[in-house]
Amino acid sequence: MDQLLQLVLAGLATGSIYALAAIGFTLVWQTSQTINFAQGEFVMLPAILVLAAVKFLHLPLPAAVLLATGAFLLLFGFGFKKFLVDPMLRHGVLPLAIATMALSILMKEGAKDGFSAEAQQFPSLVPDGAVNLFGATLSLRDIAIFIVAVVAIVLLQLFVTRTRTGRMMQATAQNPDVAKILGIPTEQMILLTFLINAGLAVLASFLISPIYLAKFSNGEVIGTAAFIAAIVGGFNQVRGALLGGFIVGLVDNLAAAYVSSAYRAAVPLALLVLVILFKPEGLLGRKEERTV
Amino acid sequence: MTLTKRSLMLATVALAASLGAAAAQDAVKIVGVVELSGAGATAGTNYKNGAQLAVDEINAAGGILGKKIEFVVYDTQTNPGNTRAAVQRGVDEGAFAIFGPVFSGPIGASMQIAQKAGVPQIVGGEAAGLTKQGVTTLFRTSLNQADAMPKLANYFKDAVKASSVAVVWVNNDFGKGGRDAIIPELQKRGIKIAADIATESGQADFAADAIKVKNANADAVFVYLNEEESARFLRAIKQQGYDKPIVGETTLLGAKVIELAGAAAEGAKGHVGLSVDAPVAGFAEFGKKFQAKFNYKSDHNGIKGYSGMYMLKSVVEKTGKFDKEAFLKAAHGAVIKVKDVPGILIDSKWDDNGDVDRESFLAEVKGGKQVITGTLPPVNKF
Repeated sequence: MDQLLQLVLAGLATGSIYALAAIGFTLVWQTSQTINFAQGEFVMLPAILVLAAVKFLHLPLPAAVLLATGAFLLLFGFGFKKFLVDPMLRHGVLPLAIATMALSILMKEGAKDGFSAEAQQFPSLVPDGAVNLFGATLSLRDIAIFIVAVVAIVLLQLFVTRTRTGRMMQATAQNPDVAKILGIPTEQMILLTFLINAGLAVLASFLISPIYLAKFSNGEVIGTAAFIAAIVGGFNQVRGALLGGFIVGLVDNLAAAYVSSAYRAAVPLALLVLVILFKPEGLLGRKEERTV
Repeated sequence: MTLTKRSLMLATVALAASLGAAAAQDAVKIVGVVELSGAGATAGTNYKNGAQLAVDEINAAGGILGKKIEFVVYDTQTNPGNTRAAVQRGVDEGAFAIFGPVFSGPIGASMQIAQKAGVPQIVGGEAAGLTKQGVTTLFRTSLNQADAMPKLANYFKDAVKASSVAVVWVNNDFGKGGRDAIIPELQKRGIKIAADIATESGQADFAADAIKVKNANADAVFVYLNEEESARFLRAIKQQGYDKPIVGETTLLGAKVIELAGAAAEGAKGHVGLSVDAPVAGFAEFGKKFQAKFNYKSDHNGIKGYSGMYMLKSVVEKTGKFDKEAFLKAAHGAVIKVKDVPGILIDSKWDDNGDVDRESFLAEVKGGKQVITGTLPPVNKF
């Protein structure tokens, strides 16, 4: 029982990071009806940028964090929309999806060649240690990651549903033409969505890199897990991505403990197949109908 | 074009060709086939850098038998298929020797190519099975697991005084070989295996494995993973408040693992084949040179690459010619001593299978550094 409780908390902690990345999938989907195949690399890169700023610019860590965050928001929030999404979307969603695949390779190889092919230590925001709860030893870092990620997601949900700007974002996502007629600055709303996506990626990166170590290839694992989480939870719902992240994190950890490490990656995929077969819109997703 | 201009051009081309031919005659090609990216990037980069340091020194001192070493390196991306292709490329390019790889799986996948071509292959792998397949071109630069594990099992019994051990290993040729070698050795000494946990190469999240180890309630845990995974595991198990001995073999106590794991590496202990912190003058000297050139501390793989290149130099000079067949004959059974070849760093002997034997060390991580706590003799005296 103690072991199960420990595994559940560790799974929820990892799952909450997957959820942050999965929300990125849903945000891009809602604004451009496409899948950002570079989402995993979006989570990989901020930590690498921080370490690069420390190494090459000799900045202290807090300054490096600020600079890397600013640079990432500029390049992969504003720049991603302006120089990749906008030009490619004019040609349809498929060219955009392919362009994000190319971007993912570019980001991965760029991090490898421009910084390092080796894993690097990334400082943890939370001190090491453990607490005892109901007889089980729980990692302080797992608890902190879970809380930080969930608070961020709840704040995002409140922003989207309870503020005027958030509702304008929702309106833009649901029907940009009508939103424009109603006087909503849709371009700004879409840009804000991309900035939020980049911000969540930065947060996920800073939370997961102390565990995974900062490495150019981290995006593969995170991107796959977040993609499965987004589909399982519902690609068009932020709360779906949250649920999906938790489920994937839990299933992954329990599979590693009770099935085998070799097959741990297969179990979430099996779950994905079941969801696609029986509830293709995802557990909390809403059905979308399109005219073709 | 005038006749004079044409003659000048022809003369230039002829001169360039003759210079190129002369340069080729004055150089011997050694192809490095190493893991510069992928799961083995840390190990491969150290191995390559160690070898490069030796190449630079040897070339600066006039080369081998008057020939400079042309050291060309290909990245395998820690992929067995790429490794085979790179070894084949090295053979096709007329390499005198292949240097690497370090990971046992890619070595196993590529060694038949070198064997078929009769090209010596100097590798960093430790899996016991590599030198049991009758490959006459393969030479290790590190101890065979089959030789290291009995030493480690004695350590569990005599120093750690463990009556039960949880074994965590990486599911590749290196890890499986280590797991298969340590478990019978532990059982022979009456030590119970409390948990036998396989993990995957390149695995990022070790929370579940750490929780399983903790709940196994063994007296100690034996960790046999590659560098990056070792660091991730150490971080994960410390997060669980684990306070029992964490014991490993060479990799766990390596400089890169200590750097990546940070405080989580503190207290880890075990057996190391090679270490710049060992009380061996050559290792310390090498460590300083490596640090000065590459600006970081070498792990055991750096020593493997460096001493392996000097092993090659020593054997070639012994035969007096660049003859692969003569090299293979002379390398089997070669005893190379530091007093004769300082670059070998520690007295070493290669047997008929290509296994190397030498002193090894017991170590512990203290104050963020690997501290050597004892020296163990070679398996067979020489």
